Amino acid sequence: MSGQPFFRFDWVWDHRDDIMTRLGEHLELTLIAVFLGFLIAFPISLFAYRHRRVYAPITWVAGILYTIPSLALFAFLAPFTGLSVTTAEMGLVSYTLLILIRNIVGGLDGVPEDVREVARGMGYTPRQMLWKVELPLAVPVIFAGVRIATVTTIGLVTVTALIGQGGFGYFILQGLSRFFSTATILGAVLSIALAVLADRLLIAMEHRLTPWARARGGAV
Amino acid sequence: MTKMITLDDVTKRFGGSAEVAVRGLSMEIDEGEIVVLVGPSGCGKTTTMKMINRLIEPTSGTITVAGSDVMRHDPVQLRRTIGYVIQNVGLMPHRTIEQNIATVPRLLNWKAERIRDRVRELLDIFDLSDGLLDRYPSELSGGQRQRVGVARALAADPPVMLMDEPFGAVDPIIRARLQDQFLDIQRQLQKTVVFVTHDIDEAIQMSDRIAILNQGAKIEQMAAPEEILRTPTNDFVRNFVGAERGLRRLGLIRIADIEVEEGPVVQSDASVSEARAAMEKFDFDWTTVLEGERLLGWIDASDLEVHDSVAKTQPRPFSAHVVANDSLRQALDSIVTSRTHIAVVVSDGDKYEGILTMARISREIIS
Repeated sequence: MSGQPFFRFDWVWDHRDDIMTRLGEHLELTLIAVFLGFLIAFPISLFAYRHRRVYAPITWVAGILYTIPSLALFAFLAPFTGLSVTTAEMGLVSYTLLILIRNIVGGLDGVPEDVREVARGMGYTPRQMLWKVELPLAVPVIFAGVRIATVTTIGLVTVTALIGQGGFGYFILQGLSRFFSTATILGAVLSIALAVLADRLLIAMEHRLTPWARARGGAV
Repeated sequence: MTKMITLDDVTKRFGGSAEVAVRGLSMEIDEGEIVVLVGPSGCGKTTTMKMINRLIEPTSGTITVAGSDVMRHDPVQLRRTIGYVIQNVGLMPHRTIEQNIATVPRLLNWKAERIRDRVRELLDIFDLSDGLLDRYPSELSGGQRQRVGVARALAADPPVMLMDEPFGAVDPIIRARLQDQFLDIQRQLQKTVVFVTHDIDEAIQMSDRIAILNQGAKIEQMAAPEEILRTPTNDFVRNFVGAERGLRRLGLIRIADIEVEEGPVVQSDASVSEARAAMEKFDFDWTTVLEGERLLGWIDASDLEVHDSVAKTQPRPFSAHVVANDSLRQALDSIVTSRTHIAVVVSDGDKYEGILTMARISREIIS
């Protein structure tokens, strides 16, 4: 570190192309993980919602996946799947499952009982009930899950730098191995900024999807 | 009159429990009548109602709607032909008022235009403004929500309505207004209504017939409210109807239905002696002053001492006047709060009909 400034803006400027590449990588890893995670969590959640007995064992398994340290998981998978995107995604996806399943089931559980009852009484089929009443009303809670999963994944992606992936994690790793603080700070700041941005974006999306959730008060 | 709903020896036993929710209930409901099921909580009244649209399946017995056995229908299709209203309304929070009211027509695949017209017609019937169409339920007041709930149940014009404490979630003033409005609408629509409540006053007001249910949905008495109040068949009914049976009966009798007393009356151009004669005839110290049939007010003996004709007096307005359409209960209220202990009855604004006294009203209950 001696003789070098704490943070070198010129270095950042010189590496702007590299930053864009890493941003693309970071986004790709995150989006695939959350997308696949949702794709897996959704049917599992519906099943658990309908068949209550399986909910506890499902969250138990997802919970175990969630608690495995990411580094240990990558070390375990690498001999089989190599230092690949597949290895990274297997880890990233499994961390989203617990959050997503809990929020999807929780969102469905939160649908008011009187709404459910009157929908049945008016002649909704079970399928119409799910798609037109229960899921739309669960959107805010489901979206909260997607937000947490996304933000968590953006953070975890940096760890995958250790297996040759990593997005912004690449800078962090580079900085640490070369005692070069500029790269470490850059990687950390960018991944935090990305997480905050993604969160904001998802909140905006949720607002668009649930105009009813904001409508309050009015005529008395 | 044709039977719209019949229950024949219907029993419901909930899985595993020895307790029987409904035991061998038989009941017939005429087309176009409002039957109120009333009873203590847990008596099986709601269970009984929910078996009609198969939200709950009977363990045994037969239920028919419009002549056909409900068990022969697909429950989903059946429910679309029966209006359903519950206490907490259960409007879909994520749907606008227009979409909420359109729920059943949409399930029935009505054309968009027909749905549009129907929704507007219902808003009009329920005295709700068009401005509410794009609002969400959370933006409405409690009273508006309840009206939307009933409008939604009526949307596909079902012949039968099931209403489970439909006005239970609002304060008494709004509830009274909603009850009146529903009765007005019902006079036009003539639906067959099964109405569940635990409130005997609501039952008396809303029903053509009341079924008073005991545990296991045992019918203790099923009759017109007037009859239940006049001749309760047993102690259960007597206790349930409560101590104010006489007062409640008065609520069912309209002033127009009884003969009012003539009372002391003079025309505004009468002489002082004519006015004195009118007072003496009824042993009153005041008399009503009319101009033709129009009510001007009242004068008393002291007015006649200072003036030499009725025309010169200044008749004072009655503090208690009731209209022919009011109930005797309302008249009684006017009487007990008026100084003279008399209510003057008018119709068409200010046309004098006569007077009502406490004695006259109590004769109605004793008879």
